Amino acid sequence: MDIHALQQIVHQTRDVRRKQTIPKFSPADRDQLIHKYHPDYRTSAYRPIQFGPNAGDKTVVELAALLEGDSSIQEHIDLTPHYTTDVLVIGGGGAGCAAALHAHASGSKVILATKLRLGDSNSVMAQGGMQISVAPEDSPVTHFLDTLKGGHMQNDHDLLKVMVEEGPSIAKWLIELGVLFDRQADGNLHVKKGGGSSKPRLLTCSDYTGLEIMRVLKDEVLNQKIQLLEFCAAVELLSDDHGQCTGAIFKDLDNHRQVVVAAKSVILATGGIGRLHIQGFPTSNHYGATGDGLCLSYRMGAKLDHIDTFQYHPSGAVYPEQLIGALVTEGIRSEGGHLVNAKGERFVNELDTRDVVSSSIIRECEEGRGIRTMSGRIGVWLDTPLLDAEHGPGTVEKHFPAMMMQFERFGIDISKDPVLIYPTLHYQNGGVKIDSNSETNVKNLFVAGEASGGLHGRNRLMGNSLLDLMVFGKRSGLTAASRAGSMPQGKLTVNHLQRFRAEAKKHGNFSGVISPMILPAYTRKEPERTANK
Amino acid sequence: MAQEDTNVIDQPEVLRHKMVTIEISGKKYEVPEGITVIKALWHTGQEVVRGAGCLGGFCGACATYYRTKDDPKVRTCLACQMAVEDGMSFTIMPPFPARKALYDIQSLKDPKQDLFNLYPEAPLCRNCNACTEACPQKIDVREGVWKAVFGDFKSVSEMFMDCVMCGMCTPVCIADIAPNLVALYVSRAQGAHFTDKPQGLDIRIKEIQDGRFNDEWKKVLSMNEQELVDHCATVK
Repeated sequence: MDIHALQQIVHQTRDVRRKQTIPKFSPADRDQLIHKYHPDYRTSAYRPIQFGPNAGDKTVVELAALLEGDSSIQEHIDLTPHYTTDVLVIGGGGAGCAAALHAHASGSKVILATKLRLGDSNSVMAQGGMQISVAPEDSPVTHFLDTLKGGHMQNDHDLLKVMVEEGPSIAKWLIELGVLFDRQADGNLHVKKGGGSSKPRLLTCSDYTGLEIMRVLKDEVLNQKIQLLEFCAAVELLSDDHGQCTGAIFKDLDNHRQVVVAAKSVILATGGIGRLHIQGFPTSNHYGATGDGLCLSYRMGAKLDHIDTFQYHPSGAVYPEQLIGALVTEGIRSEGGHLVNAKGERFVNELDTRDVVSSSIIRECEEGRGIRTMSGRIGVWLDTPLLDAEHGPGTVEKHFPAMMMQFERFGIDISKDPVLIYPTLHYQNGGVKIDSNSETNVKNLFVAGEASGGLHGRNRLMGNSLLDLMVFGKRSGLTAASRAGSMPQGKLTVNHLQRFRAEAKKHGNFSGVISPMILPAYTRKEPERTANK
Repeated sequence: MAQEDTNVIDQPEVLRHKMVTIEISGKKYEVPEGITVIKALWHTGQEVVRGAGCLGGFCGACATYYRTKDDPKVRTCLACQMAVEDGMSFTIMPPFPARKALYDIQSLKDPKQDLFNLYPEAPLCRNCNACTEACPQKIDVREGVWKAVFGDFKSVSEMFMDCVMCGMCTPVCIADIAPNLVALYVSRAQGAHFTDKPQGLDIRIKEIQDGRFNDEWKKVLSMNEQELVDHCATVK
């Protein structure tokens, strides 16, 4: 059927739906729903990791293969450093920029290396906002409790307390750097309500929050003349005789040369894993989200936490084809957008946590109440025109300019027609286990941002990622910098590789892949012979 | 089943899988109609390192020049956000060596005047409008440059909220202005110097410093698992 004909049911049922309130699930119902429909509970997608610090723990097969993968580095290579620095930051997204800026401001020499350009990251795409308890009726404790509830009580309390308490000072820092958060008429920060939060707490820059923050942080990194190594992909870490981290080896993607960097400490801010397309899901993630930091730190002996749980964002685009997997911001639901099945019914409280909303969308589709596309996809409607109906014409355009433009390019006006959505692989809830200074169990190896684990428990709350990046980027940068003065540069070896390889051999060897992946293999190797018909 | 079959969106283009002829950097290739420009590169076997970033239209890494069949007009797009069509010709834009001024945003004394020291070329705009035509985000770039020069920093910061820093406005400028960099400076100055200080934020920071929430923290952090679950349930 023509898409407009199918959309009619959404228009026809809008007024009736506006009068409904859908209660949130009880804890028992919510657990039942998640266990039945959430991809985290599809046991066939998981297997135990064979060896290494998390031997025996289960994770998705795509990640297990990379963690058990071999390094591209041979044990007898020349490790004479090309660069020497106090603090080496790997990754140029939000956490990496924050870490580099704070370490630099403390007087350390900093090198920031990234496999794409400075700023190419998921951070730049964050649309929903950043949770900080600035409203008078809100508090850091309430922020803590909301996050804990969203994370199924599995969050690391120390990390979480640090994050919510440092939030307000992070907002101040960003404002002083020139970030333009949305304001109320009285000049105070405007706060929006996010999924799973009991109070309005999202600071936003329309639906460009991540972009605005990243434009400013990138510009500041350049203004501070922090040394950059762009298009340099980390392929191995370096360790001294005591197993402490002392630097990294990179592959320069322009000339394929090896680059050795000696550092007193290393901060991995390498982001997430969306481009592994776990369980075949499309992803909202950027080109480089291949979990490199997890593999690198795992081989060094760093323990991972919660790596069996991933976030499938409820609203990834399903139509048109060109936008598959791209995010339709949760902000639309924050402002009252309904999720509607093929029968024109709402089926979940749209502001429930992401795992609950995603599970319920999957349920609707599996039980035959989804809308299918000829390319074999399925989804439910997100009633975007409702926002204009509710808050006046022009609301969608004013509050969601990025979304408007993205669909407009394909002839779709989301202020007039609903969009078809289905969960998309969005975020790695777990990662490398860290302490409240962002350090791993490997001394002088820090991990910040999405690559780290523990803070978000089993489900990250909307808007907590941007804050995570800024808080733990800062703490890793400050801690690493504070050590630089009193610490000599350690020896550069790859002894940890020897240990890892010996263990791999004992357990039936490697998975057969070289990790980290660096970039997804989207390039078609063999032309289809029959394609030209 | 009949019920279900009516629930399918028509996408004849998906079933047809029609191949179209396009030109990438001057070479002809056949690719499926309607895939994005970046996917067309992968489809033709090209490794993409420079020229791809977020793949979601936000990072500006994939700024591309393109032309459609028989149209002399060279246009711009983001390669991850543009579908290919028959007869289309495109090239990804290499990084353009525009000059970025260095400044300490917080210590600026007179940001509106400092603009002329940092970017002395900004007032030399000759109104050709090429920057506006080059913007894939449909920002009125030329207007923004003029507003910056006349000190209307607030409008500039609003107009350029959509800017993905792809830099396509820079190579076309006959006055060697880098409008995106000028706008970034102006927006940051607007945020750091000409926007109200949010009083509520300072109050909250002080409350945390003064330990206003300490009792509540003590209570919450001393709870056992079940008490914490029950307490969380009371937060509405």
